[in-house]
Amino acid sequence: MSGHKHWSPAWRDAAPKSRYDVIVVGGGGHGLATAYYLAKNHGLTNVAVLERGWIGGGNTGRNTTIVRSNYLYPESARLYDFSLKLYEGLSQELNFNIMLSQRGLILLAHSRHDLDSMAGWANAMRMNGIAAELLSVAQIAELAPALDLSPSARLPVLGGFCQRRGGSARHDAVAWGYARAAAALGVDIIQNCEVQEFVQENGRVAAVKTSRGVIRADRIGIAAAGHSSVIAKMAGFRLPVTSYALQAMVSEPIKPVLDTVVLSPGTGAYVSQSDKGEIVMGAMLDLFPSYAQRGSFAVTQAILAATLELFPSFSRLQLLRQWAGIVDVVHDSSPIIGPTPLPGLFINCGWGTGGFKAIPAGGWTFAHVLATGVSHALAEPFQLERFISGRLIDEAAASGIAH
Amino acid sequence: MMQIPCIWCGPRDENEFVCGGTSHIARPAVEAADQEWGEYLFFRDNPKGVHLERWRHVYGCGQWFNVARNTVTHEILHVYRMTDVPPA
Repeated sequence: MSGHKHWSPAWRDAAPKSRYDVIVVGGGGHGLATAYYLAKNHGLTNVAVLERGWIGGGNTGRNTTIVRSNYLYPESARLYDFSLKLYEGLSQELNFNIMLSQRGLILLAHSRHDLDSMAGWANAMRMNGIAAELLSVAQIAELAPALDLSPSARLPVLGGFCQRRGGSARHDAVAWGYARAAAALGVDIIQNCEVQEFVQENGRVAAVKTSRGVIRADRIGIAAAGHSSVIAKMAGFRLPVTSYALQAMVSEPIKPVLDTVVLSPGTGAYVSQSDKGEIVMGAMLDLFPSYAQRGSFAVTQAILAATLELFPSFSRLQLLRQWAGIVDVVHDSSPIIGPTPLPGLFINCGWGTGGFKAIPAGGWTFAHVLATGVSHALAEPFQLERFISGRLIDEAAASGIAH
Repeated sequence: MMQIPCIWCGPRDENEFVCGGTSHIARPAVEAADQEWGEYLFFRDNPKGVHLERWRHVYGCGQWFNVARNTVTHEILHVYRMTDVPPA
């Protein structure tokens, strides 16, 4: 035992070269996964990831670490279940423990209407080949005994459904695992490198001006989540995106009390317990445009109130930390993965409140379009063009929960 | 919690209000092309900085009004009526 000394760096902190085949703007989960799959799946190793701050320091470090694929439409189900399958093999693939814990995910029905819509929802999942089970109150009591399931509860539970393959993964490990594996294949990960301007030549993107100099590239991909509109503006186009703060919080760590993930779509609240023992809570967006990574106290209060109605025994816990990430919300709550109006420039954005679970699929499909110029089959429905044609994949209206 | 100065009721807590998104978006003519309708319906400037937006005092007077607000600091710079011209 070396007393935690002599650790070697997990990945190379590179300085920028003057030219790359592909540059990925944004060193979060999606950007790092994109770089890894560019190298692994497409043999492109002259690749740089440019990160304004430090890797995994944006939404990748600010989410509630839930993974699931309980979507309604076939296009979404295919994409998100592909992501979950990649997550299932990711610790092996990256030789880095992402601490995937498929502890199951329960959605609570608080009314007869919820019961009906959840039956439809679970059936849609099964039609898409994704296992889902409807649950009775007795089954829910067995899975999450800390829930208030009394008939007099403020939010009575009439039933629900469960995706057993859902769960959580260690968010920092996902970023670091992809970074380590990408760097080992030759990718340059460049931190403290803010993109300030795109250089165009002959109607194409040719380079980026950054806080660390001009860097040329044949193709450039944006994976900047809540800051997508800011980057797009530099390239001269707009996106169908509005940035909102999505907040989350954790309690002080306690002994194991909740070994599954509980969602209450009626209130927006979702609750789980981290491996460290903290109760992790999240819920609805702060519903006004924001680039402030803190969240409004009005919403913090609402999230805590909903959580305590579900789990009255948590009322004595002290709140340890609260934070917000800036999420890129589009009208149909589905992502955009593909070309932009500027030739040579591609974008992966629009994951809104559900980007973490999609990191492997976002990276895989974005690497495909960056390497080949052609959209991956899974990403074909998720193009910017759908906001002109009207062919939306409206998960937002369909399932009625934040994604 | 933000204090939003309703032009009719004065400063109130943000949870008395609902944000109605970007102000001053002109509706295209009926015969406009798909491109223009798509832009109108979905595409937004989404600025990091001053944003002109509509708010409604839902749990108060019920009136709509415009707000110029910084999306980074949440500082409210101007409040003006729906029919007023936007501040420079």
